[in-house]
Amino acid sequence: MAEPTAPGPAALRRGPLDHLTGALRAATVTGPRAVALAELPCRTMTALRAAPDGPAAARLAEVLGAPLPTRCGDTARGEHGTALWLGPDEWLLVAEDGAPAPLDALSAALGGDPGQVVDVSAQRTVLELHGPSARGVLEKGCAPDLHPRAFPPGRAVSTAAGQVPLVLWHPAADTYRLLPRASFADHLAHWLMDAMGEYGLPEVD
Amino acid sequence: MTGRPDQPARLPHGGRIDRTTTLRFTLDGRELTGHPGDTVASALLAHGLTGVAPSPYRGRPRGIVGAGVEDPGALLRVEGSCAESMLPATTVELYDGLRATTLSGRGRLDPTPDLAVYDKKYVHTDVLVVGAGPAGLAAAAAASRAGARVLLVEDRPDTGGALLATAPGDGPEGAALTWATATRTALDAEPEVRVLTRTCAFGAYDGNYVLALQRRTDHLGAAAPAGVSRQRLWHIRARQVVLATGAHPRPLVFADNDRPGVMLAHAVSTYLHHYGVLPGRRAVVATTDDSAYATAADLAAAGCAVAAVVDSRPELTDTAREFRDRTGVPVRTGSAVTATSGTDRIDGVAVRPLDAAGLPAGPGEELPCELLAVSGGWSPVVHLHSQRQGALRWDADLAAFVPGTAVDGQHLAGAVRGTYDTAGCLAEGARAGALAASAAGLPATVPAPHRPQAPAPVRPLWLVPGDGDDPAAWDTHFVDLPREVTVADLHRAAGTGMRGAEHIKRYTTLGTAHDQGRTSGVNALGVLAALRGADSPGALGTTTYRAPYTPVAFVALAGRETGALFDPARRTALHEGHLARGAVFEDVGQWKRPRYHPRPGEDMDAAVARECRAAREGVAFMDASTLGKIELRGADAGEFLNRVYTNGFKKLRPGLARYGVMCGEDGMIFDDGVTLRLADDRYLMTTTTGNAAAVLDRLEEWLQTEWPELDVTCTSVTEQWATVAVVGPRSRDVVARLAPGLDVGREAFPFMAVRETVLACGVPARICRISFSGELAYEINVSAWYGQAVWDRVEEAGRPEGITPYGTEAMHVLRAEKGFLIVGQDTDGTVTPLDAGMEWVVSRHKDFIGKRSLSRPDTVRADRRHLVALIPADRRTRLPEGTQIVDRGVPLTPQDGPVPMLGHITSGYHSPALGHPFALALLAGGRDRIGDEVVAVVGDTPVPVVVSSPVLYDPEGTRRDG
Amino acid sequence: MLQLTCPWCGPRDETEFHHGGQAHVARPADPAALDDREWAAYLFFRDNPAGPFAERWVHSLGCRRWFHAVRDTVTYAVLATYRPDEPRPGVAAAARPEGESR
Repeated sequence: MAEPTAPGPAALRRGPLDHLTGALRAATVTGPRAVALAELPCRTMTALRAAPDGPAAARLAEVLGAPLPTRCGDTARGEHGTALWLGPDEWLLVAEDGAPAPLDALSAALGGDPGQVVDVSAQRTVLELHGPSARGVLEKGCAPDLHPRAFPPGRAVSTAAGQVPLVLWHPAADTYRLLPRASFADHLAHWLMDAMGEYGLPEVD
Repeated sequence: MTGRPDQPARLPHGGRIDRTTTLRFTLDGRELTGHPGDTVASALLAHGLTGVAPSPYRGRPRGIVGAGVEDPGALLRVEGSCAESMLPATTVELYDGLRATTLSGRGRLDPTPDLAVYDKKYVHTDVLVVGAGPAGLAAAAAASRAGARVLLVEDRPDTGGALLATAPGDGPEGAALTWATATRTALDAEPEVRVLTRTCAFGAYDGNYVLALQRRTDHLGAAAPAGVSRQRLWHIRARQVVLATGAHPRPLVFADNDRPGVMLAHAVSTYLHHYGVLPGRRAVVATTDDSAYATAADLAAAGCAVAAVVDSRPELTDTAREFRDRTGVPVRTGSAVTATSGTDRIDGVAVRPLDAAGLPAGPGEELPCELLAVSGGWSPVVHLHSQRQGALRWDADLAAFVPGTAVDGQHLAGAVRGTYDTAGCLAEGARAGALAASAAGLPATVPAPHRPQAPAPVRPLWLVPGDGDDPAAWDTHFVDLPREVTVADLHRAAGTGMRGAEHIKRYTTLGTAHDQGRTSGVNALGVLAALRGADSPGALGTTTYRAPYTPVAFVALAGRETGALFDPARRTALHEGHLARGAVFEDVGQWKRPRYHPRPGEDMDAAVARECRAAREGVAFMDASTLGKIELRGADAGEFLNRVYTNGFKKLRPGLARYGVMCGEDGMIFDDGVTLRLADDRYLMTTTTGNAAAVLDRLEEWLQTEWPELDVTCTSVTEQWATVAVVGPRSRDVVARLAPGLDVGREAFPFMAVRETVLACGVPARICRISFSGELAYEINVSAWYGQAVWDRVEEAGRPEGITPYGTEAMHVLRAEKGFLIVGQDTDGTVTPLDAGMEWVVSRHKDFIGKRSLSRPDTVRADRRHLVALIPADRRTRLPEGTQIVDRGVPLTPQDGPVPMLGHITSGYHSPALGHPFALALLAGGRDRIGDEVVAVVGDTPVPVVVSSPVLYDPEGTRRDG
Repeated sequence: MLQLTCPWCGPRDETEFHHGGQAHVARPADPAALDDREWAAYLFFRDNPAGPFAERWVHSLGCRRWFHAVRDTVTYAVLATYRPDEPRPGVAAAARPEGESR
């Protein structure tokens, strides 16, 4: 049975925040307290499950070109994107674009071992929050410690922001990627834009 | 005294106010002035005014008593776009144009919506220091020196704490004040230190979770930038907490002690030094300890005629002697103020010597004054300690409750533990800050413990007896000013035989006003002890403090979670299309789902009837994306599903789908849905919309905790897929056009089969023949990226057949006509599959979760409620959900007592296909009543209804294959 | 708010977790072999100690793993957290405040 996960025509794709593209741009704050929000739509994502210390994980790592991270918060950049640690036997592989993931190679690597390789590209979207005020925006509704001592660049955690469950990924200084389920993206975007508003207004202690 | 005739009590210099700027405000309509840095209370006092609104019950004149949150009665309503009531005048910062009215103890909610912004902040810190007096500043500085991330919160606009009520200059206090200013500046410059003023830590919770409310813009008045939050709720998770919360001064209990002009001595010092205001030109100071001598000296230095210091202690202390010798002000030792005189304001006090038992003895004197500064000792602010289950201990030397047990991760410094001298506060603060940093894992050098000075003697006066010897007559000896609880009230309460402080508190309402007994709680215990002849308040126990320390508005707790941001609204990939079409939405869990798609002029009934007809007679389509979807893989996936579902899935062939029901271990229906077998080791489970997360949690629970040996992994793919259901006798034609590569023939693509194909538009799809309506139907699943494109193409492909979008309401009618239940609507956690008439889905051959419970005595009762259909005998009356069902002839009047209920209606609709309304119901012994008539009580009207098998439409199932 | 240390993710706020009742209650191997009373005991009866209590939690918002915690039901102190395949550690009850009235 052919998998219905082969890519379709790119022209027919639509991200969950297409309708907000203009609003996101308009919410940009410039200046010393700058912060900007954009959707990175239609990124290829793959859910990986495997025993972390077993041979399957090693074979998967070979396909990915990087070992799968083994600790909460860790990420690993490979040839097909970045693997984010979601659980002791669970990762989310996030590509930088919409090119198809090597699903067949990954499935073959998993072989008959326990685990899973599932295309979840449309399950989530990516919101990128960038600027010196990005952390301040997130702190308005995200409970984990985002201080660089606790959450330096390169880390990702499953948590919630603005009441929305998501994966929070901090790929670089002043940049956060929020990966909510697609259905929550509209709410999250509105929450973020609301939280950003303050930074375009006169500063209050 | 001053250059300003409108502020006659303002000192020519001093204080932390900006005299170069004049602010105008109105209080009770009267135009007044003040300066930046003033509170409403300090500006009022600067005008020589002290009176506020009269007491709520007895209408007695009342005045400003305190200088901060401890003030018991000076309440304001501050006008604005949304007025706010019950604000202490002693904490409302003045701004130009402020309009306020004084309140007699009761506020009124402004019905105008509050459009101000309230937001939240979630932060973590190594060390949280609460209170920025000398101890708190020293703690913050020490923790910061160790490299800790430090958060210092201070309720007042300025840091410095009690030092702000002291004289600047060359003395030791002046040096401390200079140190405090320099320390604050240094802390502000530290990148890992954040100082939040105007921020009240009001609640301390498990794991050093502290909530603090920051007042951000009120003091800015009209200059407050619109859109910036007015108040911010800080959620603080601290590794370690230092409480440097200080102490509140206590008043004294004597006759007419509530007269305006009676003020706390510490507040008088604050008004002098912080606000440059002299609250009275002729004063008497009454005290039980040394602390009020500073106030007396301050008053004298400011030009006030201090008639005397009345000290309860029989001997002159060193401080008292030094004061007397320096100022020449007489000190009446072993004496007390026993009464005040005056009309709207105090004009004199009666002073009498006390005997060894504390009773007035011998002749007294009358001293004229317009200010009586009182000091009944100090109550450490132990609230955040007590909220964390920290116990309190009565310290007889201090005459105060102090923290008695350690709270994990909490350190105490300064007045909160009864250390009142500045040097002691600084030393304890530095040590607490270093200890906290060290406990947070930072390399701190911890100084040796401070060796406390022996405290100066105190002689608490819990109750200065009034005239006569019957406390029942002492009804102007106020203990709790805002609740107007007097010694007479406490005497009466004690006389009823109540012993516990908590009982007496509830009986008298003492301590229940806006100030939560901040200044009255310990005094009340003292009075009760005195009335009973007990040793001390410590013998009576204390109350447990609960959050919040100061009142917090609900709107601040809500933050941005109001209006559109109240709760996430989940949208499918097709949402924008539904919006454009004018769909009317309903909430299903957090999802927004189109309920119906009205055409111009149609109401819901008409639209739903049209949508139902289209599905039964032609073709209709709907967005079915919200169903939960879980992909399972593993060698044991079939075995696992066999255990999870009441029916079997192990033998299901790949490429086929099956409906399943899952129960809790109690045998009650938990969820249902169709599961597809994609390959030998792969299944795709669908769940109900609202239960998707709960089902996945439960699958993981069984796999992780009970059957870890099974080779199964689960991944949610709910939102990976957009699902379009195409339903109706003409649906085959539409799907054939949409998926030309797919053989949609009756035999080639049978009921419950799964096919994977590429649609004409190039999009890969998984198509299932699943029906929730009894009609020929398909579910087309595509990656949600293509959801909208495919939806549009379904519509296009169905145009020749007049394809009609339908919503959840039509879906409900169609499924209910077929007797298909909805978990959570037709079931409620008390319904087994057998109750629901689904024995066909319950396997006899295998064990499954909940199976054993289906043979418990309770689940095999004959009178259990069964799922049945009801048809109104008149074939006209609608039967709303929730309607109760009773037997015929049962009286419904209240006189006849409780009405025996047979069950209730779980779903009720009008059926266009049947031409009449109908309902699904849970009815006691329902399956044994088929054909019987029972009564549904619709509003007040008994409606005869006929019990029927739940499948009302096409019971033979002839329509399923088109 | 409680802070629970997920064995895999470290300390997180209570709101990221769901409580799952008493720990170390194994499902009977053969439910059909139990009489009604025994089955009811498994189904409905749980301990309710004042003091340390081993209970199950799931890190719903994080790694979705179930784990066990020993929590003092009087002080709310979380005395230990551990993986489901680990034995219950021996922990003493946290110190209790005394002599307070409420």
